[in-house]
Amino acid sequence: MSELTLNPTAGADAPRYYLRDEHHPENGTLLGFWLYLMSDCLVFACLFAVYGVLGRSYAAGPSGADLFDLPLVAVNTSLLLLSSITYGFAVLEMQRKHLRATLVWLGVTGLFGLGFLSLELYEFAHLIHEGAGPQRSAFLSSFFTLVGTHGLHVTFGIVWLVTLMFQLGKHGLTEANRRRVMCLSMFWHFLDVVWIGVFTFVYLMGVLP
Amino acid sequence: MLDHLDLTKLVFGRLSWNAIPLHEPILLVTFVAVCLGGLGMVALLTRYRLWGYLWREWFTSIDHKKIGIMYVILGLVMLLRGFADAVMMRAQQAVSFGENLGYLPPHHYDQIFTAHGVIMIFFVAMPLVTGLMNFVVPLQIGARDVAFPFLNNFSFWMTTFGAGLVMASLFVGEFARTGWLAYPPLSGIAYSPDVGVDYYIWSLQIAGVGTLLSGVNLIATIVKMRAPGMSMMKMPVFTWTSLCTNILIVAAFPVLTAVLVLLSLDRYAGTNFFTNDLGGNAMMYVNLIWIWGHPEVYILVLPAFGIFSEVVSTFSGKRLFGYASMVYATVVITILSYLVWLHHFFTMGSGASVNSFFGITTMIISIPTGAKIFNWLFTMYRGRIRFEVPMLWTVGFMITFVIGGMTGVLLAVPPADFVLHNSLFLIAHFHNVIIGGVLFGLMAGITYWFPKAFGYKLDPFWGKCSFWFWQTGFFFAFMPLYVLGLMGVTRRLSHFEDPSLQIWFVIAAFGAFLIALGIGSFLIQLVVSFMRREQLRDVTGDPWDGRTLEWSTASPPPAYNFAFTPVVHDNDAWYDMKANKFERPTDGFIPIHMPKNTGAGFIIAGLAAAVGFAMIWQMWLPAVLGFVAMMAAIIVHTFNYKRDFHIGADEVVRTENARTQLLAAHV
Repeated sequence: MSELTLNPTAGADAPRYYLRDEHHPENGTLLGFWLYLMSDCLVFACLFAVYGVLGRSYAAGPSGADLFDLPLVAVNTSLLLLSSITYGFAVLEMQRKHLRATLVWLGVTGLFGLGFLSLELYEFAHLIHEGAGPQRSAFLSSFFTLVGTHGLHVTFGIVWLVTLMFQLGKHGLTEANRRRVMCLSMFWHFLDVVWIGVFTFVYLMGVLP
Repeated sequence: MLDHLDLTKLVFGRLSWNAIPLHEPILLVTFVAVCLGGLGMVALLTRYRLWGYLWREWFTSIDHKKIGIMYVILGLVMLLRGFADAVMMRAQQAVSFGENLGYLPPHHYDQIFTAHGVIMIFFVAMPLVTGLMNFVVPLQIGARDVAFPFLNNFSFWMTTFGAGLVMASLFVGEFARTGWLAYPPLSGIAYSPDVGVDYYIWSLQIAGVGTLLSGVNLIATIVKMRAPGMSMMKMPVFTWTSLCTNILIVAAFPVLTAVLVLLSLDRYAGTNFFTNDLGGNAMMYVNLIWIWGHPEVYILVLPAFGIFSEVVSTFSGKRLFGYASMVYATVVITILSYLVWLHHFFTMGSGASVNSFFGITTMIISIPTGAKIFNWLFTMYRGRIRFEVPMLWTVGFMITFVIGGMTGVLLAVPPADFVLHNSLFLIAHFHNVIIGGVLFGLMAGITYWFPKAFGYKLDPFWGKCSFWFWQTGFFFAFMPLYVLGLMGVTRRLSHFEDPSLQIWFVIAAFGAFLIALGIGSFLIQLVVSFMRREQLRDVTGDPWDGRTLEWSTASPPPAYNFAFTPVVHDNDAWYDMKANKFERPTDGFIPIHMPKNTGAGFIIAGLAAAVGFAMIWQMWLPAVLGFVAMMAAIIVHTFNYKRDFHIGADEVVRTENARTQLLAAHV
């Protein structure tokens, strides 16, 4: 950039007003994806705030202490946290340019994600079966919406993961594909961070008297 | 279970022939007129074989300039719809006194004021603002397109299809009767069981996705794609205000998305977020929607401030006074706009401390705004002012907006607000700032950049007519509402008993008539300018003696904007280039890397609108199929890796030589 900061009044050395050669502006994908993630984060912020307002509005129905099965949620949480670690391994393998190992780790990540979703769906089904569905009280409405929105994100993450694995298989670790792996990586870790909030704020604090 | 499965219900939901309002003469006549007009349009397009051209050159275009122009066209078309609503309300309120019930039944009147607000904010102001930002920002920063050209096209179509859903509600079913923010519990399923609120929700959700993505897009564009040498503090002020506006969009629209999702869940899934029973809390909706809603008004007005800055400095022939303070004022407004939302409902009863906090933050916003007004005035001071049409709008803005700003500060005083809350005083205030600020800014911007977009100026005579009709019409239409508001008349009424109020409503209706003339003059201006385009032609690319980079290229700019990437040394980059006897390069052209057109944006957005329509009418089967199709279309699109191409050097040479000859012929 140094040649661009010429003094515009430098007499014979007239200022340059255009570049003769091809100009490649920086790629904005990662920044754009960050911005998207932050906007998504705000959606979760709203849902957390709503849970904060309504989280004790039981309407004479069951409370978190009555409903939450902490061991189950603990297993669930560890599945999701492990999936973040395995995604990290996938990125490491990608940087070593090992396509096969990348795919294997991505596959493992997807399986952990599926395990997480299955347990969540089991929990939801169980709650609804017990008569503690989202219509029962404002507390349960906000609980199902917050946790369900996270689950929906994980679902889309898995759809994306499968798509990306096909694309990696087809085109290999091209620059475009590596960028996509990094974007999904940010998305996946972001969901992990949100889940830590859910686990703490909804489940752990929810069982407090 | 299967016995209950009714296939007709699954496919058509609650949609039936009854949804077509055959029994409402006003709607029926409009419907027939729209159908005939639409058919005529289709016939003309087919007659002149324009479908292929439109599809290839416009609908699938990822050129930011064309997308910007399409946004502006969308905004202008919807302005006619929104203004028709306004005229109907003014006419109703002018006659509906005592025995006379007016010509609009209440349930129709309620839909009209809701549609008016929704359309004017989401489908007039937003597309016009986004359109101008899209068109101007890449040119001002010396870029060849936005950061994500495909996403740009997709955003446009999401906004357009959202607008399409609102328009559909006119003839298929009905629109919400809740006011433009659809407060529950009125908008809940118990009190609004029909499709109106669902139309509201789905059209805003679909358009909202478009807006959010275009916000992300323009931030990435401004941050990453500025020409070499253009540091943040060398960006033109319009680019600065665009950056702040898009930051606001990304930080505010998710809240709207979230709160509308919660309202939909209440309506579709029987949850209890905003219900009166089972622990719901309706005021939470009001809080959340205004956490989006207040930044939204700054999303609209900041770009207008940017336009005024460009116009004032160009037509005063001076560098903008106080550039740095202008930038800081913009940033301060951006931040403060998040700390004032509660002033929209001081009457909620949150207590003296909370109300004081929000009252004070609201008043503080007037400080940076006032600083801006002084900067513009000092820019004009001792300048060689040319009163071209954009400058007229700007001066009109300064006078009108200051009045609106002062009534705003008045409303920010909580005890005063308890008296004026939801009165016509409030209506007068926000029309005062939105018309006087946003709309005047957009008109100035459209007139200012029109020659850049189309290669000829707008006819000044009709432009001046439009300005004066708008300006006087505004005062006639809204000053009476201040008076009525102070007398205690509340908003959204379709009938009055007290005959002494009538004269004020008649004056307001006269104002609306003047504004109609203003809009008419604008439309005539477009036609007249097109007819006279040879006399109004801009061959130089710099018709106003401009100061920023967009005026350094041809009018209209070539697809690649700049044959060579410009290098910036000064705030007013183009002025600096002219002052230093810049010679336009005429040889050494190289191939230019550009993104390729794609129909994926149109298809995905169309499917999203289909899903929305199916959800509104509870047509579950089409909704599921549409959703699957939309996801499939998105995934298929991600398998397209060949998204760009090179404009050959020979084509660049041809385009640039043509311009060289044109310039030589007009010296």
